[in-house]
Amino acid sequence: MVDLPKRRPDEVLVHAKEAPPAIEVARLNLWYGKFQALHDVDLTIKSGIVTALIGPSGCGKSTLLRSCNRINERLGYVTTTGTIKVLGEDIYGEQASRIQVRAHVGMVFQRPNPLPLSIRDNVLFGHRLHATRHSSRADEDGMVEQALREVLLWDRVKDRLQHKATGLSLEEQQKLCIARLLPTKPTVLLMDEPCSALDPEATSAVEDLIWDLRGHYSILIVTHNMAQARRASDECVFMLMGRVVEHSATEAMFVSPQQQQTSDYIEGRFG
Amino acid sequence: MTRTPTSTHDSLARELARRDAAWWRDLAARLAVSIGGVSTILFIVAIFAFIGSQGFEFAWNRLSWSELFFGTRWEPTVSPPTYGAWAMIAGTAWITAVAMLVAVPLSFCAAVYIGEFATGRRREWLKILVELLAAIPSVVWGVIGLQVFNPMIQSVFGVQIGLNVLNAGLILGLMAAPIMTTLAEDALKAVPDSYREAAEALGATRWQVIYKVVLPHARPGLSAAVLLGIGRAFGETIAVLMASGHTLMAPGSVFDSAATLTATIAAELGEAAVDSDHYQALFVLGLVLFFITFAINLLADRIVRGRRRS
Repeated sequence: MVDLPKRRPDEVLVHAKEAPPAIEVARLNLWYGKFQALHDVDLTIKSGIVTALIGPSGCGKSTLLRSCNRINERLGYVTTTGTIKVLGEDIYGEQASRIQVRAHVGMVFQRPNPLPLSIRDNVLFGHRLHATRHSSRADEDGMVEQALREVLLWDRVKDRLQHKATGLSLEEQQKLCIARLLPTKPTVLLMDEPCSALDPEATSAVEDLIWDLRGHYSILIVTHNMAQARRASDECVFMLMGRVVEHSATEAMFVSPQQQQTSDYIEGRFG
Repeated sequence: MTRTPTSTHDSLARELARRDAAWWRDLAARLAVSIGGVSTILFIVAIFAFIGSQGFEFAWNRLSWSELFFGTRWEPTVSPPTYGAWAMIAGTAWITAVAMLVAVPLSFCAAVYIGEFATGRRREWLKILVELLAAIPSVVWGVIGLQVFNPMIQSVFGVQIGLNVLNAGLILGLMAAPIMTTLAEDALKAVPDSYREAAEALGATRWQVIYKVVLPHARPGLSAAVLLGIGRAFGETIAVLMASGHTLMAPGSVFDSAATLTATIAAELGEAAVDSDHYQALFVLGLVLFFITFAINLLADRIVRGRRRS
């Protein structure tokens, strides 16, 4: 049995104020070829809370998210200037290896993308990449159980760990995609519209899970869904045309937005 | 073009029954395409029937199948003639094996480079060059075997004869590699990019992505590429005839000369009297070849299809 300490929301927020920021973005500019997708982004994401990135399509929110574990670099034509610090360390610094960055900053994608391996091998995939020495089978079993328990999947899949992960339902797949990040003990979880491929029930289950993970991990989530941002985040960042327009506590942003563009967007006048 | 609205029932019926140019073109295109499709089956059946009819009488009445497969002496012109094809079967197997030892690593490396590492223009150029390589006539490869590899093998390994299993295998391997590269690259391309992205996001290096995710997932396609390469090597004639030394003895090492089924047919069919036993025996060899390549292609097809179903 793995017991996870549950924190009350206010405790989480107090913790967030004291802890060093999870992510500090400074003067980040990013180009796809000649197209500039991010303009001088400055942003501080607090530790242990859920921060939602909102904004219309093409505003750069996914780009910003994907910069935070350098997965953007898969595309050969991306140029980045500025810095992104995770727990104070510059992940674009000369010393930083993107392989290590990705172990500390996990990413969940829009469409659940479990690898065509067994459930067990999916959970252990990241760990096996980064482990410096061979883990015993018992260690691995423990890791699999803990990760799957954390995402509330253990009871549903414990009897079929050897089955192909691609045979799970979309909700289970997405939870598995979160679970497989956990064995490398990341500090930040990035989620790129993690519920957009799911039906309403599954969406609510995954949202609950994200809310549960809060406190243990700093979570940055991109969403198109205003209602989701409102109910499942502590802070909100509104982006437009590659710039951060407004960053405030979620309640504050939805009740009394400071910028005209923000209020236009959340009231559905564009986007 | 403006059309007058159809006011009466009669004119609507006429309108509905109208066959315009597009309708006729569609009919013509469908006909042409089906004829093309059906003719493929027709050709296969016809070729099979032809080969069968030429060798059938002999194979049925006078040929000992055990002698054909296991007999070591192929002496159709001596009296009494013997039709043991073991030397050719062994020669074909040896040369094909060497060819695959050359072609599999070469083509897989090329496919991984083209499919996973090369980008943009370089990738397009490489693909074109590989296809160009596949288009080199086999007689040119034969000449390379004779004039380049032959002396090279003699001097490097210090052997008397450079026209041997090694030479023919190298040539065949190089010949089969381009098509295998193309097929293997197709198999890699069929692996969804989301798998690569998922693995990279977990911190996998490019090489880890390739050997932990891409290659395992592409395995059926890669197996099919190897099988089709083997089929290609089996069926090749003129280049092997020129490079193998064409000696009707089962080889004991890669430095022995050898003969293949295809090369024997090519070399002897011209001098065998039509409808003689020798002539018919060569057609039986053709039948054996036909079945082997047919089986290999069928197997490759099953592997690829089986994967798609699952």
